Amino acid sequence: MTAAIAHRGPDAQGFFATEDAGLGHARLSIVGLGDGQQPMSDASGELTIAFNGEIFNYVELREELQARGRRFRTASDTEVILHLYDEMGEDCLSLLNGDFAFAIWDARRRRMVLARDRMGVRPMFYTRQGERFYFASEVKALLQVPGVSAEIDPVALDQIFTLWAPIAPRTAFRDICELEPAQLMIVQESGVSTRPYWQLDYPDQGAPSRHRCEREAAEELRALLTEATRIRMRADVPVGSYLSGGLDSSITSALAVGMAPGGLRTFSVTFDSAEHDESEFQLEMARALGTQHSAVACREGDIAAVFPEVIRFTERPIIRTAPAPLFKLSGLVREAGLKVVLTGEGADEVFAGYDIFKENRVRRFCARQPGSRIRPHLFRKLYPYLPGLRQQSAEYLASFFGANGHPLGDPLYSHRPRLDGTAATKLFFSGDLRASLANYDAADEMASRLPERFARWHPLHQAQYLEARFLLPGYILSSQGDRMAMAHGIEGRFPFLDHKLVEFAAGLPPEMKLKGLVEKHILREATKDLLPPSIGKRSKQPYRAPDSASFVGAGAADYVEAALSETAIAANGLFNPKAVAKLHEKCRARPASGFRDNAAFVGILSTQLWLEAFTDAGSQSSKAA
Amino acid sequence: MSDTIRDAVKAFVIENFLFGDSSNPLADTDSLIENGIIDSTGVLELVAFIEDRYGITVADADIMPANLDSLARITAFIASKTAAPASA
Repeated sequence: MTAAIAHRGPDAQGFFATEDAGLGHARLSIVGLGDGQQPMSDASGELTIAFNGEIFNYVELREELQARGRRFRTASDTEVILHLYDEMGEDCLSLLNGDFAFAIWDARRRRMVLARDRMGVRPMFYTRQGERFYFASEVKALLQVPGVSAEIDPVALDQIFTLWAPIAPRTAFRDICELEPAQLMIVQESGVSTRPYWQLDYPDQGAPSRHRCEREAAEELRALLTEATRIRMRADVPVGSYLSGGLDSSITSALAVGMAPGGLRTFSVTFDSAEHDESEFQLEMARALGTQHSAVACREGDIAAVFPEVIRFTERPIIRTAPAPLFKLSGLVREAGLKVVLTGEGADEVFAGYDIFKENRVRRFCARQPGSRIRPHLFRKLYPYLPGLRQQSAEYLASFFGANGHPLGDPLYSHRPRLDGTAATKLFFSGDLRASLANYDAADEMASRLPERFARWHPLHQAQYLEARFLLPGYILSSQGDRMAMAHGIEGRFPFLDHKLVEFAAGLPPEMKLKGLVEKHILREATKDLLPPSIGKRSKQPYRAPDSASFVGAGAADYVEAALSETAIAANGLFNPKAVAKLHEKCRARPASGFRDNAAFVGILSTQLWLEAFTDAGSQSSKAA
Repeated sequence: MSDTIRDAVKAFVIENFLFGDSSNPLADTDSLIENGIIDSTGVLELVAFIEDRYGITVADADIMPANLDSLARITAFIASKTAAPASA
């Protein structure tokens, strides 16, 4: 099992076993290089931990523990968790500021304690086989267990083709579950129990906020973000930074540059197509900060070249190709000799940066005066990069965005256009798959997972929660985040997802985050002295990569024809072979297809590659084709 | 005439937006947007089809759901434009 995930920890492997339990660990050495080997036991030998991630406030926790008489044998953050658990049991989780997934074997109580960080940065999967319980950082380790099968879960496929990701604990694999973020799981002879140790929360709509003064809020934000960055620069190896050219990674890089002994290294990905490329802004920011900057080009054909490998690491079908360039980027970092990078991910969820938040506001604005011929034109302003919207009338714009008539009380109101637009890809599901999913609705399941307090929140906070609770851990931090970085043994760190900053931002009045249609307003205010005006005032440029166009024309790879052939599609039984053939033909003839066609193409291709990578049936159908 | 137009439009919609899935019970008055059949890019594909097939120019002001959001509306729109090309 450990060998299957050696890419996550290429520096060392260690094992621990008793009659009751066993732990294996692949180590990426970052803190306590010489003495942080795992699994690590405490002095009594009764507590043993295997831990992936970092506890960023371990220095302060260690000092407090030492002040209480605790003696340390290593310089690692791992030992801090052991001492805290020894003192407090699972209540120690409330003190940890970090990105972690760990397992502690508690021999005294004969139980295994599993926990995952609050926002879902580090993964944890599990399965049962008879009387035995298995867990690992990636599914491919669990597939080494005799008897564990790699069958696709049709409901997970429905969720991916509606919500972009499965809803944890469900995974793409029928037999394998994922521990949800901020969850604690205790496995013992009497059974398995799971409970949350932290919850994302927002104030009731209309409740008085403690943040009345914008200037004071901006100062507090700056202090929290600076501290979040400072503790994420802690490592016994150099820490670099991703630099996309947008606001968020520019801020984290600007804060980090003064905290990096020997200077900061920054890393970017560039594209041939002007529509996706941000190299002008990347270079401007790198020059302004004086970083040692490196970039990897994502050229025509590159996405297709790495895509099968990308799916082997996402371990789930995906409907966008955006993880592929990040796979190349982490490879660049590894080639440069680094193994830790800061990223700007999380700022859009925490400070309301995504277009969908503005779209929600415009839709509600339009709904106040149905039939307005002026208000719907605001949608065009939100999506200047979508050519399909440029020529549309107010009536069409209102229809596309469901701005007239959709019930405002729908808890998923903010996300309905995206959910409906994505679910249109299910047109390609085969008759058998549709029959197996009869009466199932992924959006309904999403709505059923919302907490009771959700109804009391401001519409912006409701939309933020949907992003932070579902898409962030299920796709952004997973398929685009941990899995692409760890494919090359790179640890990503996320200052914007520091839980103290997340809690602070959740408590801010909505208008400080989304001011009119200006996203992340308070963040811009708090950091305007850090950035050149051309960066600080930039509108959100969504991170996107070419989708179906990556797999047709000059960039076409041989495997695409085989994977999408009518024989291979029919053999796997999930999609309609003739419809897929027509889609393939349409994308070949018109690479600039719309969202539905692109998402369907990438989703179907990635499902075929997933089946080939993980199941015997998929592998054989591809060979037959 | 209208039946011919309707059949051609329906064939285009089934081929281009439903990828040959003729089992979809698409009624003549069903909204193409509300049924998830067409999106913003799809509208432009539909306009290109009308222009190419019927040799007419669809003005920006005509690209509206009232003209294009169902088989019946598209058929009526094309019929009106082809019946009076001089005034189009």
